Amino acid sequence: MTGRRVEVGGAGVDRARPIGFRFDDVDREGLAGDTLASALLAAGVDVVASSPILGRPRGIVSAGSEEPSAFVELTEPWFDPIVAATTVELVEGLAARGRPGVGRLPTSPPPERRARHVHRHVETVVVGGGTAGLEAAEAAAARGDRVLVAQDRPWWGPAIPDPEAQARAARLAVADDVTALASTVALGVYDDGYVVLLERGGDGRDRVWHVRAARVVLATGATERPIAFADCDRPGVMLAGAVRVYLERFAVLAGQRAVVFTTNDGAYPLADRIREAGGEVVAIVDVRDDGSGNAPPVSGIEVLRGWAVAAVEGETRVRAVHLVGPGGRRERVEADLVAVSGGWMPSLGLYRAIGGGLRPDERLAAFVPDGSGPPWLEVVGAAAGEGLPASAPFWYTPAEDLTRHVVDLQRDQTVADVLAAVEAGLRSVEHVKRRTYIGTALDQGRTSGHLVAEIVNAALGDPLGAQGPTTARPPTAPAPFTALAGVDRGELLDPVRTTPIHRWHVANGATFEDVGQWKRPRAYPRPGEDLEAAVLRECRAVREAAGVLDASTLGKIEVVGPDAGAFLDRMYTNRMSTLPVGRIRYGLMLGLDGMVVDDGVAMRLAEDRFLVTTTTGGAAAVLDRFEEWLQTEWPHLRVYCTSVTEQWAVVAIGGPLAREVVRAMGTDVDLDASSFPFMTWREGTVAEVPARLCRVSFTGELSYELHVDGRHGAHVWEAAIAAGEPYGLTPYGTEAMHVLRAEKGYIIVGQDTDGTVTPDDLGMGWIVRTDGSDFLGRRSLERPDARRPDRRHLVGLVPVDRSTLVAEGAQLVARGDADGLGGRPAPEPVPMLGHVTSSYRSAVLGHPFALAMLRAGRSRHGEVVDAVAHGRSVPCEVVPPIFWDPEDARRDG
Amino acid sequence: MAERYWRAAAPKASYEVVIVGAGGHGLATAYYLARNHGITDVCVVEKGWLGGGNMARNTTIIRSNYLWDESAAIYEHALRLWEGLEAELDADLQFSQRGVMNLAHGLQEVRAGVRRVEANRLNGIDAEWLTPEQVHERCPIIDTSPRLRYPVLGATFQPRGGVARHDKVAWAYATRASELGVDIVEHCEVRGFVRGPGGRVEGVETTRGRILAGRVGLVAAGHTSVLASLVGLRLPLQSHPLQALVSVLYEPVLDTVVMSNAIHVYVSQADKGELVMGAGIDAYNGYAQRGSFHVIEHQLAAAVELFPIFAHAKVLRTWAGIVDVCPDASPIIGPTPIDGLFLNCGWGTGGFKATPGSGWVFAETLATGRPHPLAAAFGLDRFTSGALIDEHGAAAVAH
Repeated sequence: MTGRRVEVGGAGVDRARPIGFRFDDVDREGLAGDTLASALLAAGVDVVASSPILGRPRGIVSAGSEEPSAFVELTEPWFDPIVAATTVELVEGLAARGRPGVGRLPTSPPPERRARHVHRHVETVVVGGGTAGLEAAEAAAARGDRVLVAQDRPWWGPAIPDPEAQARAARLAVADDVTALASTVALGVYDDGYVVLLERGGDGRDRVWHVRAARVVLATGATERPIAFADCDRPGVMLAGAVRVYLERFAVLAGQRAVVFTTNDGAYPLADRIREAGGEVVAIVDVRDDGSGNAPPVSGIEVLRGWAVAAVEGETRVRAVHLVGPGGRRERVEADLVAVSGGWMPSLGLYRAIGGGLRPDERLAAFVPDGSGPPWLEVVGAAAGEGLPASAPFWYTPAEDLTRHVVDLQRDQTVADVLAAVEAGLRSVEHVKRRTYIGTALDQGRTSGHLVAEIVNAALGDPLGAQGPTTARPPTAPAPFTALAGVDRGELLDPVRTTPIHRWHVANGATFEDVGQWKRPRAYPRPGEDLEAAVLRECRAVREAAGVLDASTLGKIEVVGPDAGAFLDRMYTNRMSTLPVGRIRYGLMLGLDGMVVDDGVAMRLAEDRFLVTTTTGGAAAVLDRFEEWLQTEWPHLRVYCTSVTEQWAVVAIGGPLAREVVRAMGTDVDLDASSFPFMTWREGTVAEVPARLCRVSFTGELSYELHVDGRHGAHVWEAAIAAGEPYGLTPYGTEAMHVLRAEKGYIIVGQDTDGTVTPDDLGMGWIVRTDGSDFLGRRSLERPDARRPDRRHLVGLVPVDRSTLVAEGAQLVARGDADGLGGRPAPEPVPMLGHVTSSYRSAVLGHPFALAMLRAGRSRHGEVVDAVAHGRSVPCEVVPPIFWDPEDARRDG
Repeated sequence: MAERYWRAAAPKASYEVVIVGAGGHGLATAYYLARNHGITDVCVVEKGWLGGGNMARNTTIIRSNYLWDESAAIYEHALRLWEGLEAELDADLQFSQRGVMNLAHGLQEVRAGVRRVEANRLNGIDAEWLTPEQVHERCPIIDTSPRLRYPVLGATFQPRGGVARHDKVAWAYATRASELGVDIVEHCEVRGFVRGPGGRVEGVETTRGRILAGRVGLVAAGHTSVLASLVGLRLPLQSHPLQALVSVLYEPVLDTVVMSNAIHVYVSQADKGELVMGAGIDAYNGYAQRGSFHVIEHQLAAAVELFPIFAHAKVLRTWAGIVDVCPDASPIIGPTPIDGLFLNCGWGTGGFKATPGSGWVFAETLATGRPHPLAAAFGLDRFTSGALIDEHGAAAVAH
């Protein structure tokens, strides 16, 4: 128990406000303003955790986010599997226990902190709320900039409280157009001045800030470097700057008898502070023996120039310190604290990750910005190397045995491990890192990285700074998955889209299928019906009477402008520009490779106006595609595209009695086939609301699609249900739709096609124009492979036993080829002829059937192939892919 | 691994073969040139540090469950080499066949999954179709309940799939190639080509001088197209950032590899304890090894939905690699219209798992001047003939 609260210092804590907390199941007390680390030190806790690999006792090393040692699991007031004790603000009731570098994820996770995402545009972002950051923020605000300044600590100004900085912070806090965020870490700085920050709210609520700035100022300060010596990982070996912060900010003296071990003048004032607080300083051990430095003498304290700490004694706490001096002289002194300063390194992780370069600075024995990096980025203050003490380049105390000179406390890696990597032939610090894993643990090597680079440089005989620390990668501090996920959880992971008729579907027992973001009714099973029975009933209703489908999810794009027709000619394989107003034409869209990527119909609404439909899942991609070509290749075409998918509800009524149903709904449109034939549209009213009626059919039956204002969707649907009742009108879902269209041989892009299917493969060569005019994919269709006669063709399949439903996805092989495999990997590859794309039971055919892509399929009609899936081979006869009304008499009626 | 890595070589004036790019594929090529073909007068030049490109940036997943025969054949060849690689190279590669699971979240993904499983089996590759219950049994931390935005409807599973330690693979190939006499020259950037009669490529101009070569193989991933453009060869390659990340270290919770296309996440747990995760590809082209932050946010949202146990996990490091993608998402391996110049690129997201197979077949190409039978379908000429091997739409694999 060598750390204790003292009477002096403590500007950052409130001695009048004790805070109760629990650590390793023992109740403790700290003060308001403490971190968990300062409270533990004040309570005399030496060992916070054990080391991850070797299980050595480990204490507190630093006072900030660079902490390489003291990791804990928090259980109250919120859960955190592993976090540095130096970054945890002490709150009443906090409970924690030490963790050896590896967190535990509970199987039943306790409640999470919730995070909101905020977006902001400013002229200037300042990262860092120390002296330089506050100055930069104030200067920017004085210029009239909107400013966002963020500080990763809960306090403003330097860690050692400074009244001037606090006054500046107070001014900024009330200034217009200044957003000052404490407890906020800049996770990353990205291209074009985009900064992502994580604000940790004291109330368990976090905010992720997405900030776009014209100018980013990095005032990220500097980090003190340790020095490696034997057993330098023992509790009681701390960074000198941290010892001072604990004393002056938190009124905690980390040890009673201290050795200050330094390469620079910066650590000298600590000696006086320790004595003022009632501690002893055994000696200042300064590695410099060349007279450099000009620290004022500290009266009564021995300064050992040219000496170094060789080792410490003690298991769970430093008990004695072994010193080595000029000529190999050795001395042992009793001490319980070694305050180490190996010099200061600008903290440049953010700067480097966005492309900033470094140069070695001989005076600091550290890397400083070399002035490169994006023009909107500026580095100021200690991060730019300003105000840092000159340091001797001293990385570890030389010794015969370097196997206990710990460099990376989280990886339990030593100087010997680094040298072994170099001796084995590794010459890049990146390789050394990847062999030793140094710098890849929780602390990301913030204190050890530079040490390792210089140990490698020295071992290779290369000059100081020949290689720098390994690549810096965001985020600056570990960021919770849930914070970055924000509200994109549950249903909001991907927004759920529903049609205006959705509530009716739910109320009437629909089961749903996810199609893209949409929820579509899959079927409407009645009590006692399974899916299959419901689908067969729905199919029969459409074939024998009439059915109604909510087709509102169809993608709908208005293509408008004098060049709309010419544009669509380029996007579709057939010609749309010749389509008369009032008519509808089916179209296929190809990729540049000539393969089918989407289909739909185009309606010509006016000379300069088309409405094209797309597949439900493909709507966004088709619009993107239109825009990409318009904006990048044909900006001269006068065409505008607008998504109108959600503006229109679509009620599709199909079946032999469809005409009667629509008539019964009440319409002023003449439904007679001669005046309103297949593939035309008419405008009028239906069920007393304005509607566009389209005669298109995906079922092969006489069909009317009623396009109405989305707000009228539910009304028109319910009107159809009511008016259709005498005709046996039956609502049907996507599953019945799939069966009906497959019976008719109509494809579903994305199910029957997979990006490797040409129009001709589908038997739809007729839709590809051959007049030489250009459309997307045309050139690829002329490649030899697109013209091979043995490509895979769309065919129909009927199981030979007329009863087995083959699995969708089944592979097709020659009869008997897969016999005996029973689902095991074949000993030798079995030639595959194609696969089953769609497979259903049929209400009207009396047997199951399937669609498939089959090699040279059009020349195999009548042959039998095996459909192989789940360990079974099902013999199937190859037939044409049209099972229902091949003459189209029903559809066109 | 014996405690001695590859020699640091200075380039000689000429070699029988120069390989540009000391990533996994380039090093494997060099090794198999020496081992299978006795060609040891080989130099591998690398502009940065060895294995520092995509080899250091991938998520180390190994599998061979590709849909099309051509892909299945070359990736399965690679997987069989992986299965003997630790013995072959006398190195601990942390090769772990913990299985790779591809989740299906929609009916079309189920169809595509079944199709792929059946295709794999008929091609002699181990593959299983798992029901949601079987997914739960094999990996209980996946939320297989209907509450998921896109519920798990099943999965494909390749038991022989798994992971390996990427750095160790690169180093083992480098070390063994070096022992067989191959020169590996790091920090040596190719700036141009030496051209002979008829435009034949006869060597490379580098930052460390001219190096003549009987044959030059470009194995520089996305930068292959930059290099090829120096000799007027335009390649159908597009380079995009693809991001990955690791979490803070956690005690073991995941003992297989889980991939989900629909909700854009794939994840395994390294033996040190990090969750290693990949995200989607950025749509734009670029060579900066930085991706867009929103891609990571979306990926993490997907991860905590799919794995409720990740609710308290944190991101430790993020980075991006550059994936070089052909229009059909399959690689280019083989000769070019330019005499003396050969290509091995376009591996997109499939590069790491292919490493041994890629090196094996490309070594034969460089040794004989002709494509290896397993690589014949992956020639540059397929973009003229149209005989593409489209793994985009069909394979139901992320991107």
